[in-house]
Amino acid sequence: MHTKINIILAGVGGQGILTIAAILDTAALDNHLNIKQSEVHGMSQRGGAVQSHVRISDQPIYSDLIPQGKADIIISVEPMELLRYLPFLKKDGYLITDSNPFENIKNYPELETLYNEIKSHKNHILIDAMKIAKDLGNSKATNIVLLGAASSLIPLSDESFQKAIATLFERKGERIVAKNLEAFLKGKEIAAELVS
Amino acid sequence: MKKLLLGNEALAQGAIDAGLSGVYAYPGTPSTEITEYIQKSKIAQELNIHASWSVNEKTAMETALGMSYAGKKSMVVMKHVGLNVAADVFMNMSVSGINGGLVVVVADDPSMHSSQNEQDSRYYGKFAMIPILEPSNQQECYDITKYAFELSENLGLPVLIRLVTRLSHSRSGVTTGERIAQNNIHLPKISTQFQLIPMHARGRYKHLVDLQPDILEISENSAFNTFYEGNNKTIGIIASGIAYNYLMENFEEGNCPYPVLKISQYPLPKEPIKHLFDTCEKILVLEDGYPFIEEAISDFLGENRKVIGRLSGDIPRVGELNPDNIANALGFDIVINENLPKVVLGRPPQLCIGCGHNDLFNAINVLKNESATQQVFGDIGCSALGVLSPYESINTLIEMGSSITMAIGASNAGIHPAIAVIGDSTFTHSGMTGLLDAIIEKTPITVIISDNSAIAMTGAQDSAASGRLITICKGLGIEEDHLKVITPLHKNLQENIDIIRDEINYKGVSVIIAQRPCVQLPKEKKDKLKEYTNVSIN
Repeated sequence: MHTKINIILAGVGGQGILTIAAILDTAALDNHLNIKQSEVHGMSQRGGAVQSHVRISDQPIYSDLIPQGKADIIISVEPMELLRYLPFLKKDGYLITDSNPFENIKNYPELETLYNEIKSHKNHILIDAMKIAKDLGNSKATNIVLLGAASSLIPLSDESFQKAIATLFERKGERIVAKNLEAFLKGKEIAAELVS
Repeated sequence: MKKLLLGNEALAQGAIDAGLSGVYAYPGTPSTEITEYIQKSKIAQELNIHASWSVNEKTAMETALGMSYAGKKSMVVMKHVGLNVAADVFMNMSVSGINGGLVVVVADDPSMHSSQNEQDSRYYGKFAMIPILEPSNQQECYDITKYAFELSENLGLPVLIRLVTRLSHSRSGVTTGERIAQNNIHLPKISTQFQLIPMHARGRYKHLVDLQPDILEISENSAFNTFYEGNNKTIGIIASGIAYNYLMENFEEGNCPYPVLKISQYPLPKEPIKHLFDTCEKILVLEDGYPFIEEAISDFLGENRKVIGRLSGDIPRVGELNPDNIANALGFDIVINENLPKVVLGRPPQLCIGCGHNDLFNAINVLKNESATQQVFGDIGCSALGVLSPYESINTLIEMGSSITMAIGASNAGIHPAIAVIGDSTFTHSGMTGLLDAIIEKTPITVIISDNSAIAMTGAQDSAASGRLITICKGLGIEEDHLKVITPLHKNLQENIDIIRDEINYKGVSVIIAQRPCVQLPKEKKDKLKEYTNVSIN
């Protein structure tokens, strides 16, 4: 069985999806897997919709972009941004998102409408990751909670994820590393409860 | 172990390892990270590689040429529209040729993610009659750059590397190789080479023309142009650069049944294309950007259409390629299980919270309500976001520097008030000469330089204008009474409106510098800026 996964990361410019991408990249590289990871620089970074395509495989990866209908998971830091990439989702693919809206546009949709749309998909994990992160004393770790929630669906070991988190946050000190590891594990735990 | 690098970073590392002595650039998406990588590289610092930003792409390319004249290897980097700015030197340095290896890197932006057009730089390469290289993946970004310097020195010509956004901004594992030594200073062997007066230029141009068969032969034999013989001859495929990846994505383990010619070096290799024509029923051309290859190999009247691609409509004529539009062209059904729900709204980019441009546009909008004839000519950069809601303050946005000069023309036509809004870095890039035009003719326009002391849109790089705007404007000859500095803050709104209104009413050129540092700047830079803000005009 080949290792192969396509993940779309979604959010608004400045919400930290590239940190999730960097952890996935580092963990995959540590496992000697092939990676392609596209990201958005420039105009859209200024409060616009941004996305990153992360592709991990033990086989050669050709395209930097995931074809439509081929994403295994969409992880979003914002509920409306999650739905923007639905055409990329594989049949029975997973949707994972934070429930908190980022309202910087006129006529932002009703939250209930968004949540109902998300809940209409069998495979979804809709959590208040921001609150979970805050409760752990690090509101900046919302993205790491979401990564934790997605981790059991990704063919990389917990150990590699944790090693990658430790590597990436090393410069910010031991306390920040510990807080992020905690956020990762909490996200994983909550997702396990929801899915079971 | 492989390093995980953006296409841009892989290219930059390739340049360092090719023995680079200087990189010259003006920031522009999607090219910016190339120069930034070299600026941050410890090895580059140890090697004393010059890597600071230039004022614009033209000065950057000329400086790179100067380093090449001195015998050292240099590189100049820009986004596609930057090459328009540098086109004068670009076209002429292919005639003079180079001394130390000189590589021009241009990142095109198909689909216009952060640009106002999707022009294809390969036409410029052909126009200048120089070799073009187009990497298809991150590893090739590294390998091709090292090769480009070698090719440049072998031919005595500049070499163009063309990137596209998706390759510039996508990461993958890259294996790096040995580093080649930098050059020592050595002047050109032929003393007239760089003296392009007509009598010498004719000889140099003849030399460039005479080199063309050699350049073609090198391309025909290039390891970066590869041919895969497939059994199914119903279609022969030509895929250039990144298009090759999107093509292969459509076949399990990359097993494409059709013959495929992958092109990463130009001029177009004739032999393999002729082979495809002779053996295949149809030719499908896959290329990101304009139909450059398709146009070159199609018959003129399109009556004997054997070649399909963007011109034939099999691939959309505009926008970037992706695995899906190529699947369509191959006749595959794409299975999409989900459509975009109606509840999803567009989320365009917008100014950051706490951005000074915001308060400037609020003032301009009050004045718009006072005068129905007011026209505001905008410019490139973050201030361009004034086009969008909630501001809708700007009437035009064309290219770097056009705010001031378009305001002059509109004023000549009888428009009043004619206001130009330009960022500080855009002003030093291309606005200063236009301001001089206005000053010479005393044109009644109001120029507002929205000075956030950064090249903000591309990531808050250092602006050449920082601390120099007052001196520059006075030097150009602006009257001191009509050079004003304001601070665009909400609490100053009424005062700022009054100052701008007074200058609009002045029947000559006024410059208002609206000064407030970019919120994206780190604190230490903001503190440093305080040294020159609040400096009085006198």
